[in-house]
Amino acid sequence: MNADTTSLLGILQKTIVELPKLFTGQASNTTVVVVASGLFGVAAGLVGVFALLRKRSLTADAIGHATLPGVAGAFIVGTMLGVPVREGPWLLVGAALAGALGAWMIQLIAHRTRLREDAAIGIVLSVFFGVGVVLLGVVQNMESGTQGGLATFIFGHTASMLAADARAMGFIALFVLIVTFVLRKQLTLVCFNDTYARATGWPVQIVDLLLLGLIIVVSVAGLRAVGLLLVVAMITIPPAAARFWSDHLGRIVAISAVIGGVSGSIGTAMSALAPGRPAGAVIVLTAGSLFALSMLCAPRRGIIAGAVGRVRSRVRILTDHTIETLWEHSEEGTSPNIGPVRNLPHGIKGRLVFLLLRVRGYVRSIGDAYMLTPAGLAEGARLNRNHRLWSAYLTTHADIAPSHVDWSVDQVEHVLSDELVQKLERIVELEDAGA
Amino acid sequence: MNATTPQLTTSALTAHPEHSAESPLSVHALTVAYHRKPVLWDVDFDVPPASLMAIVGPNGAGKSTLIKACLGLIPAAAGEVEFWGEPLRRARSRIGYVPQRESVDWDFPVSALDVVCMGRYRKVGWLRRVSKTHKAAAMACLERVGMKELSHRQIGKLSGGQQQRVFLARALAQEAELYFMDEPFAGVDAATERAIIGVLRDLQREGKTIICVHHDLQTVGSYFDYALLLNMRVVAVGPTSQTLTQENLVKSYGGRLTLLEQAGEAIAQMGPTR
Repeated sequence: MNADTTSLLGILQKTIVELPKLFTGQASNTTVVVVASGLFGVAAGLVGVFALLRKRSLTADAIGHATLPGVAGAFIVGTMLGVPVREGPWLLVGAALAGALGAWMIQLIAHRTRLREDAAIGIVLSVFFGVGVVLLGVVQNMESGTQGGLATFIFGHTASMLAADARAMGFIALFVLIVTFVLRKQLTLVCFNDTYARATGWPVQIVDLLLLGLIIVVSVAGLRAVGLLLVVAMITIPPAAARFWSDHLGRIVAISAVIGGVSGSIGTAMSALAPGRPAGAVIVLTAGSLFALSMLCAPRRGIIAGAVGRVRSRVRILTDHTIETLWEHSEEGTSPNIGPVRNLPHGIKGRLVFLLLRVRGYVRSIGDAYMLTPAGLAEGARLNRNHRLWSAYLTTHADIAPSHVDWSVDQVEHVLSDELVQKLERIVELEDAGA
Repeated sequence: MNATTPQLTTSALTAHPEHSAESPLSVHALTVAYHRKPVLWDVDFDVPPASLMAIVGPNGAGKSTLIKACLGLIPAAAGEVEFWGEPLRRARSRIGYVPQRESVDWDFPVSALDVVCMGRYRKVGWLRRVSKTHKAAAMACLERVGMKELSHRQIGKLSGGQQQRVFLARALAQEAELYFMDEPFAGVDAATERAIIGVLRDLQREGKTIICVHHDLQTVGSYFDYALLLNMRVVAVGPTSQTLTQENLVKSYGGRLTLLEQAGEAIAQMGPTR
């Protein structure tokens, strides 16, 4: 471990030690910023789950970009009016108004024209950002080349954050957190089935507006820390990562909040170690690493688990098939040489399959020939019966969706009623009698 | 025919003196248009209390649109819809709804029980959480459709028929008096079809009214006692035996031969039951 890691741990340790001082106002600037960034991450992760489920992630990106003309415009107007623009909420209010205007224009274009929402988002995002860049140029001329520090809003810059800014961010995040928690029932219903929500009398438009409002507020809260270009990442990445770990909404919300909070605080702490390291990028990269980890390693939904599952099922189908084929060619407990039997796996695949079957004790080899053991014969009989019952079921109950049938895995008895299994057995017996 | 003038609504009322406050659903001169093109034209009918009614008609006849317009999900260009003689706003809590199964993303991370609990949300209110009592009520509804054992399974891991039953259980959880169902039998297995029709008959016995969009002419006669034959406008409405006549079916299905054959079978099957 190098010195970098220990000092990261050092910062986090100091943050935890200083937590109680937050309430008395004696905590160091770094601690306040780390805690506030963490809170922002939690809020973004929470709102993000519903944004993702309502398919509003791209809208969040457009809102982030649309805040630039708001910040620059507020700066220009404020300076002309003589308002102290760098202190207080002046710039953030400008950002929120511009974000809301952008969101409204997306809805307008998507609903009043034949353009789809993705086109509307692309148009609003780029045009608003363009206006913002032009206004930044105006600011640059006003301030004789300094840009008035507005560039920090684009990429985020926690080092220049004042304790007051951090506190504001923390409180906004806390507010968003509470509102999302209180409205979780309505948000879930509208995200899952908006027609049903409307049919049962819920004001879907108002719930949608509230969600949009939460997205705007959380984006604006994160402007100073993450920057407007990357703020969408904190709304999108934690919930997407959390989705890999669970099928249960409550747990997804919790995991997403944790991933957001961890990314926010650790990313900020890491960027504090090196002054040149932009906090926004480090926070987003932390979240991105957690996403990559989730995508690869999550049980069941992860890529590795999925690949293992596919291989397992292929092996299972192959071994079942091999045992059944050998069983069909067996007479009085003896199995033939594999040579004359077709449809058996051969080559490397065949060697592996037979190796596996030998290890499991189903098959014994005598010279070039393979032979089922008593256990193998019993397994072959079981598989054969199972498959024939499933076949009988599929041909006599064609009205039932074939998706009910898991040919290779399920025992008939585990899926169908005893009565039905008995009926199928009679059908199979009749077939045997006919043959 | 000019359905947009209020005078005509009045005349429709006088032309149909059976419109009454007893009727769970009265539709007066309803016209609905998508982008200037009308899909329902001057639709006018009443549903008697405690009936099990099918809305039947060819593809594009406006069956789903009719239900959605009644529920206020699609704006009506003209006409009125009344529930027990009152506007939708006053009757909402007495109306249950089963949307089409395709209308939602089944990968959504909720369990069958969570979905059924959504039927209780109106009773729970804005800010309160779903209490144990409400959860128990939702569970009872799942049991009624034979899904108690699968209550905690994520909805995407259920079969199509099971998903349809979850939707039915959610509507039951609303404890409504009038139920709208959009193709509840579409693409379900035989066991589910039997379970659903059993529940519908129970509801009818309890005095509830059920209105189903139905696509299968062969089962209309045996499942439903009241039918509305729709093809942009009402072709016929009344007790099923009087509505599903050869003449009416030809009127609504026109020259679609395969459908006419089905219709013939439907009539033949209905014969002995009536």
